[in-house]
Amino acid sequence: MVETNMVGAINMALREEMERDESVVVLGEDVGKDGGVFKVTAGLIDKFGPERILDTPLNESGIIGFAVGMALKGMRPVAEIQFIDFIWPAADQIISEAAKFRYRSGGEFTVPMVIRSPYGGGVKGAHYHSQSPESIFAHTAGIKIAVPSNPYEAKGLLLSAIRDPDPVLFMEPKRIYRAFTQEVPEGEYTIPLGEADVVREGSDVTLVSYGSMLHVTLDAALMAEEQHGISCEVINLRSIVPLDIETIGRSVTKTGRFISVSEAPRTAGFSAELSALVAERWIEYMESPIFRVTGYDTPFPMILESQYLPTPERVLAKIVESYNY
Amino acid sequence: MKVQRLQILDDDGKLLNPDLEPNIPKETLIRALETMVQVRLLDEKGIRLQRQGKVTFHIFTKGQEAHVAAALALSDDDWVYPAYREHGIALFRGFSLEDLVNHLFANIKDKEKGRRLPGLFGSLKHNFVNPSAPIGTQIIQAAGTAYAMKMQKEEKVTAVFFGDGASSSNDFHSGLNFGGVTKSPVIFICQNNQWAISVPFRRQTAAENIVDRAKGYGIEGIQIDGNDFLAFYTAVKQARERALRGEGPTLIESITYRVTPHTSSDDPKAYRSEEEVKKWEQKDPIKRFKNYLIGKKYISEKDYEKMVERNSELLDELIDKAETLPKPGLSTLFDDVFETIPPYLLEEKEELLEFYKEA
Repeated sequence: MVETNMVGAINMALREEMERDESVVVLGEDVGKDGGVFKVTAGLIDKFGPERILDTPLNESGIIGFAVGMALKGMRPVAEIQFIDFIWPAADQIISEAAKFRYRSGGEFTVPMVIRSPYGGGVKGAHYHSQSPESIFAHTAGIKIAVPSNPYEAKGLLLSAIRDPDPVLFMEPKRIYRAFTQEVPEGEYTIPLGEADVVREGSDVTLVSYGSMLHVTLDAALMAEEQHGISCEVINLRSIVPLDIETIGRSVTKTGRFISVSEAPRTAGFSAELSALVAERWIEYMESPIFRVTGYDTPFPMILESQYLPTPERVLAKIVESYNY
Repeated sequence: MKVQRLQILDDDGKLLNPDLEPNIPKETLIRALETMVQVRLLDEKGIRLQRQGKVTFHIFTKGQEAHVAAALALSDDDWVYPAYREHGIALFRGFSLEDLVNHLFANIKDKEKGRRLPGLFGSLKHNFVNPSAPIGTQIIQAAGTAYAMKMQKEEKVTAVFFGDGASSSNDFHSGLNFGGVTKSPVIFICQNNQWAISVPFRRQTAAENIVDRAKGYGIEGIQIDGNDFLAFYTAVKQARERALRGEGPTLIESITYRVTPHTSSDDPKAYRSEEEVKKWEQKDPIKRFKNYLIGKKYISEKDYEKMVERNSELLDELIDKAETLPKPGLSTLFDDVFETIPPYLLEEKEELLEFYKEA
């Protein structure tokens, strides 16, 4: 066991997997000597050399397209996009290439690659260092999306992502990169993609979240218990594609109340998908409207980010509204 | 920038410069000609089938058949990323005409399972990568594949085809830049066929030649007569040798011409003159290569006629057969999204099958 934060856990996962499997290659901007702007790849170049820890030209579509070509030829590239806000030049290579090769070739050409990228607000990064665009990729057939919420998960999910035969977008909640440490086992363990985790059991309201918002949600659940005596069940999705619908269903059919929490803009966000899912399948169990607590349909602000982002208080207000409906 | 254009055969197929004539076995050359003939016949028959409503689409190769030379210059283990007018490379490597015809009909034997426009096919077995349709995306991928070959310590190269239109794409820039920086064994082959649908080459770049860009990326560049089989072969062979010596990528600008419409959906009368097309038809790559082989007494005009006839009949048979085969079934819609179908997709699949009551 190593006591480490999420940065350390991801670094450990990359190091161990690169030792285990020589086809794993890390590439991106500043991933080499610099160790990445968040130091996630720190020290890897000293161990694995500049060919396997490849500092690339500053070109996101290039990074992803290059990784696609490597993956087609049997490598397992782990490409870093420095901030997910910079991912759009690569959208074509992700959406139309990486995510489509298997299908368009009738299963012959496959792209086992991971795109790692820090996402989300809470670091006063302003519009271009704060966004949370998972719903756009969740709307894309052929790519999986994992979002860890703690160091232990980060390592276990990343190992699953690297070993997955299909492309995986691995979204790292940079707000909690160094927020806390946890005991993380050295060596082999994986957390399967598509399995949610019930992190708090409860009977009155189901709360669903992922990534850094999970902690906001947990804080709200605690406040609801302490201040209002409301018992919340909290589900940590861990991966949003594939989605663990079964675990959500087990919970809402028990509680009859549902709130999802995500920091992305509201309209057509992943929370909208969760709301639709619950409404379509379990509406007859519901005792109150299906709610979502989200960011707003504005560009991401800087000074006002604390108001833009869901807070425990905003989530708590919805819990109370749901419970008292 | 004035550049030298490599040309070995003149417009009639006579050797311009016998010193540059590559040494290729007779049988290989004849097989290459046959492949070029097959590709052209596919054009003639493909567009007819499209007009009859029997296939959904046709994409032409006519006038660019000299690309088959690249298949001779490369090893079969080298990877090729086609643009979408390079069927001849797959065929030369042994991809069967039957598979190709089944693909055109998008029938149950189509490897792409009826998901692609006819002509957009690949074959892992033949190291011939399944192409995209957004232009230029394969250029950077090829650089990545070449880098992988270097890391895997394989004596292989990656060759990638694209058109003059693609030279304007961001992935052209990414590909040449990443390829150059990493010194990967990749050959960039621009089939400058003068037209990107209706937009002429002069509207793609203010540079005089595409090959001029090579210098800016610190890589080697060569311009060739792209309708000259021997020049094509020589340029690719030299680029391959350089790449295997660790000297990095080469940009080959092949000057050619799309004598046909862009696809079955295009009518070039709206944007270019008949005279221009006629002028280029004089440089027909098959005519030139055939005359070269006749000049070497490897074949006769009669042999050539028989070759065309034989392949035409073969194709007709394959077409008749392919036409009768059923289309892929409903359940294949959900195959190959991922290696293993996740529960939510399985649910969608069951919903669809239930609605249409198909097993």
